[in-house]
Amino acid sequence: MLHLSWVVFLKDVRMEFRGKEALNASLAFALVVLILFSFAFDPTSEQIREITGGLLWILFAFSGVLLVNRSFVREQSNDCLDILIVSKVPASSLLLGKTLANLVFILMIESVCLPVFSVLYNINLFQLPLWLLGTCMLASWAIAILGTVFAAMTVKLRLRELMLPVMLYPMIIPALAAAMYLTNLVAAGKVPEGDDLIWVRLLVGFDIIFTTLALGLIDTILVD
Amino acid sequence: MIDKLLFGVGLASGLYLVRNLYTMLVVLPDEAAQGMIYRIMFFHIPSWWTCFLCFLIAGSASAYSITKKNFRADSLAVAVTEVGLAFTFVGLATGMIWAKIIWGIWWTWDARLTWAFITALTYAAYLMMRNMIPDPSERMRVSGALNVFSFASVVICYKAIDWWRTQHPAAVMSFRTGGGNIDPAMEGMTYHNFFAFILLCTVMVVVRLRQEETRREIEGLRRLAYAG
Amino acid sequence: MSVLSAYQVSKFFGNFPALRNLTFELEAGECIALLGRNGAGKTTLLQLMAGLTRPTDGKLEVARRVSLLGHGIGVYDELSARENLLFFASLSPNKIDVEAWLERVNLKEVANAPLREYSRGMRQRLALARTFMGEPELLLLDEPFTSLDDKATALLQTLLADALARKSTIVLSTHQIPEAMAMATRILFLERGKLGYYGPRPDEMLDDSTWIYRTYGANL
Repeated sequence: MLHLSWVVFLKDVRMEFRGKEALNASLAFALVVLILFSFAFDPTSEQIREITGGLLWILFAFSGVLLVNRSFVREQSNDCLDILIVSKVPASSLLLGKTLANLVFILMIESVCLPVFSVLYNINLFQLPLWLLGTCMLASWAIAILGTVFAAMTVKLRLRELMLPVMLYPMIIPALAAAMYLTNLVAAGKVPEGDDLIWVRLLVGFDIIFTTLALGLIDTILVD
Repeated sequence: MIDKLLFGVGLASGLYLVRNLYTMLVVLPDEAAQGMIYRIMFFHIPSWWTCFLCFLIAGSASAYSITKKNFRADSLAVAVTEVGLAFTFVGLATGMIWAKIIWGIWWTWDARLTWAFITALTYAAYLMMRNMIPDPSERMRVSGALNVFSFASVVICYKAIDWWRTQHPAAVMSFRTGGGNIDPAMEGMTYHNFFAFILLCTVMVVVRLRQEETRREIEGLRRLAYAG
Repeated sequence: MSVLSAYQVSKFFGNFPALRNLTFELEAGECIALLGRNGAGKTTLLQLMAGLTRPTDGKLEVARRVSLLGHGIGVYDELSARENLLFFASLSPNKIDVEAWLERVNLKEVANAPLREYSRGMRQRLALARTFMGEPELLLLDEPFTSLDDKATALLQTLLADALARKSTIVLSTHQIPEAMAMATRILFLERGKLGYYGPRPDEMLDDSTWIYRTYGANL
């Protein structure tokens, strides 16, 4: 099962890198929004420090949806999804492979946006690199797993591009809240400790619960 | 027979509510700190309990419908979700009215109201999704899965938002502490209204359930007619 | 031992009966032509046999590996021919010689070009490679002769003959009856979701394509 997930992962990554359409669009979108922020708030004030986490994770949630939307759409054009089901690839392998691919894409966007944000708003986000990496991995996985599952659900709908965000955003609020909180701490150079760790536990718990649910339900969602 | 039973229960819940209203308005005294408006709590609190109960039933019915391929359970899930959503709006509206009277503002970002807003959006998305899938068996599978996710999400949200609020204390107190020691008559009133709501909820769910079953039958007959 | 057995299989979409009470068995080495008017349920039956959907009632058991060639050709436009076949090959438990197959469908020279640059005929040949390469025991083909050019048609007929020689089972839905009748050993005729005829290919069909519609169809 893991081998098949890896095969699907490689294929999706290869397909995306061939055209890079979604990556480019998502990155362009993210950079434009970063600039927009400078008009919404005074970019030089200390106030930015308090909302850094919020701004960044709203941004990543929006870009994430753009990327995740494509996961199952790329199987649609020549009925490839049907072929995958017929060849008895377990739906969970399909989900895991695609989620991993989406995670990689989201992390790529983040790896560009974080330095750009640091430069534009003069805030050093990298004081605690391991904590930042951990937060990004956990929260991005949350976006990826729920996003990919919902992409599977909405793949045949007319209003897919609209329904996916509408379904996804309310559900990832706890994960985003945790990421925002931890990112703010990290941006201020404070190591999370004591009560702060509740947010780490929330992220981990969130990821575990929804990954389990997703792997359990993906077969029902994809296959009649 | 079922019709008569339904009518009976509906009437009972209506009378119960009227009796409660009477007790509320005439018998119980005004509350010390809040004056008249505290009575809205008798609708506000039970509506949360009812809506949560509805969503719990919806989640279970959805899980059942996808594992056993049972269309009845799927109809129950949508009926109970719709009624639950209605009670969520009642809770939101009563909360907002209370906040306006007590604090002078329509909205406070307290844990309960925020959670209710998110929950309302989550289940509204479920209902939107259902409308977009014409095939009943696909609709049952996909929306059933979504309902299970939604229930997990509202449970997690509840805890998470509670933590968020304590980390970022709101400008006003949670209404829970505002209550203080409750007069037993008032506490009893809350439960009375809760039971009345349960009765009302049951009636509405059954009516909606029958409507959904009829709709499925009509869809099928229509298809059969077009098939010629 | 049968490759596929169906017992009282029905498929309802809501309350609409797409297929009703089908009972039949497929044996190894058979080539079954799936005939019927549009809307009779041919695609639904192929989907059931492929495992894309489950019967509402009845039991359907498939004992073998299945390969499907449906309306969509089932290859990725963004990848090259070689990458496509390598991917699909890795999904199969068998060892598949991708290079040999590229050679066989005459795509070896252009195997590294992305599919976008292919002509329609080339993509169809790749789809055939994808379908036949795992040597599946049950092949399901939904109107495969439609809009194939002459080279691709010849290739398809060769591949089908090879599959039959290997004792694979083929189910082939088509409106182009003469091509199919040449190799069909049995006919499964669907009429409004019901089994109109399932049995050996009648000789009448070799000369007269509409014979079965007239003899077993409920109305004209």
